[in-house]
Amino acid sequence: MAEIPEDEYLLKCTTACAGCSAALALRYVLKAAGPDTVLVVPACCTSVLQGIYPNTAFAVPVYNIAFAAAAACASGMSEAFASEGKKTNVIVFAGDGGTVDIGIQALSGALERGTNFLYICYDNEAYGNTGMQRSGATPIGARTTTTPGGKTDTKKDIDRIIAAHNIPYQATASAAHPKDLFEKVKTALATPGPSFIHILVPCPPGWRIPSDMPVTVGKMAVKTGMWVLWERKYGELTINGPSRAVMKKRLPLKEYLSLQGRFKGITEKQVNELEQQLGKNLAMLAKEEAGEC
Amino acid sequence: MLTIATGNKAVAAAVKAAKPAVVAAYPITPQTEVVEQIAEYVTAGEMDARYIPVESEHSAMTACIGASITGVRSFTATSSHGLLYMHEMLHWAAGARLPIVMANINRSLGPGWNVWAEHTDAFSQRDTGWLQFFVGDVQEAYDTTLMAFRIAENNDILLPVMVNLDGFVLSHIMQSLETVEPGDYIPPMRLPHRIDPENPAGYGAMTGPNDHFRFRWEIERAMRNSPAVIRDAEEEFFRQFGRKYGPTEEYRCEDAEVLIVALGTLGKEAEVAVDILRDAGIKAGSMRIRWFRPFPDLDIGGRDLVVLDRGYSFGYGGVLSSEIRSKYPGASIYSVVAGLGGQEVTYDDIAGFVRDRRMGEEFWFGVDA
Repeated sequence: MAEIPEDEYLLKCTTACAGCSAALALRYVLKAAGPDTVLVVPACCTSVLQGIYPNTAFAVPVYNIAFAAAAACASGMSEAFASEGKKTNVIVFAGDGGTVDIGIQALSGALERGTNFLYICYDNEAYGNTGMQRSGATPIGARTTTTPGGKTDTKKDIDRIIAAHNIPYQATASAAHPKDLFEKVKTALATPGPSFIHILVPCPPGWRIPSDMPVTVGKMAVKTGMWVLWERKYGELTINGPSRAVMKKRLPLKEYLSLQGRFKGITEKQVNELEQQLGKNLAMLAKEEAGEC
Repeated sequence: MLTIATGNKAVAAAVKAAKPAVVAAYPITPQTEVVEQIAEYVTAGEMDARYIPVESEHSAMTACIGASITGVRSFTATSSHGLLYMHEMLHWAAGARLPIVMANINRSLGPGWNVWAEHTDAFSQRDTGWLQFFVGDVQEAYDTTLMAFRIAENNDILLPVMVNLDGFVLSHIMQSLETVEPGDYIPPMRLPHRIDPENPAGYGAMTGPNDHFRFRWEIERAMRNSPAVIRDAEEEFFRQFGRKYGPTEEYRCEDAEVLIVALGTLGKEAEVAVDILRDAGIKAGSMRIRWFRPFPDLDIGGRDLVVLDRGYSFGYGGVLSSEIRSKYPGASIYSVVAGLGGQEVTYDDIAGFVRDRRMGEEFWFGVDA
């Protein structure tokens, strides 16, 4: 395992909310990527947390682009760098709305074209910087400002949509497990062609948790099996780290839900639905890892 | 080299000569032949460009933006709905001060589906901060595309440039074409604000009102610089390659008492109409406008203007006639709306507009009597 460098590329002047785990994740992403990196950021919390012109909280170039456009922008950049023989890393850092909703077309196109880039979706399960409206990534039962009675629709399974593109490297990660994230970013950037990493980032104001709780909540997401850490290299799936143990024994889902204000008012029926989806997901991953599907 | 080509193939040949590093490509009628031809050049090794077959026009413009900000030359082409689908990114390209060149093959907008010439697509992008040229023949499509790269990349400008040519009546007709070797006519692209990991900076972050306001003014300042830069590009083109261009192409205007003012191929038809009218003793001239943004100064000199409009602002008036009226409030204008959706407008029709002109009025050809 590579040593995590002390160099910082996310500086100590972000305008992020207290306890923001997207910023925590980004810190490790940039440590893994190093200085020869360009970050492409569509409209999302990271457009806000980088600071206000002429300041920037990043020690790498960051190119802000329109909401639907991140993957296409990275496509153009990646080809342009290649045309000049440059090896600069092109990394999209996009929220869940910008990935699973408005940006999915450009993302799908860039993956299909074999673009040499890393696309990271940091998932706080809602439109964060506009004040927590539902996205396609919001889970059943979660209250957002546009689902005041709790969301009734299922979270979009972006990972299986991405998997259908048969890209060389795909992984999930968590801001609460930075070493695992660091390793995955390293692997992604060392793999030619498109890579995709989906990071769960608990959001204190959005999830209605105290600002010292995102790591605890993120770890609980993994312990309950609500979030599973895995990677798929050239089609071979491996379940990683703490998620291996969770495949055998997991904590009850309610221990994750009860930590968060957004799930107050979730119905028993919705909890059961989440349980069922979670179980089905784990079973599918186990089967895939065992080579049974 | 002397050859024959369609308007589309002339654009593609000019792009090949300009040597962009990145071309983003998405098909749409009647533009498709441009990106097909470039694909053939790239596949045959005649063009050393990265060809990105994007999944939409929104991504076509965005990929050009991503490429351009690294400091390399980029190109794309579109039409009609494709141009409108890019709309958000057209603003972005201009706001980010990127010298992207695009050919737009003018076509109407649905519904219903209509693939023929109309200028509504380009007019609807009027306020995006792009320079816009309208061309009248195959040679001019080629020459203007070459000039577009030089103009866009000039460091006093650094704005994207759109070259407009009429769908089918120019994109798909063949005329003679003389290609050139541009050489140092298009110097290497130097983007002062290109992305450089050794000099990290934030691009397009949250920007307060004062800075935002200043950046908008910088776009307008570049627009105000652009006439001199375009003139220089046109004069240098004449010096090196022998073909003369300007903000307008004027035909028999010197002693004219009535001018036909139009964009694109209607302006070419107008030249034939002028000859017909002159033979009948009417002192007519044609003033075909080549620059739409920046909008040029016109030498109208108190003469009657018969303005042909291939695009309309509903609830207000013909777009070109409105532009002229707004710049020259006292102008005597007969506004003729003609050629929408590829409606056939012959030189005899145009001569008829001039003969029957009713100054100060508007006439919808084929609708009004």
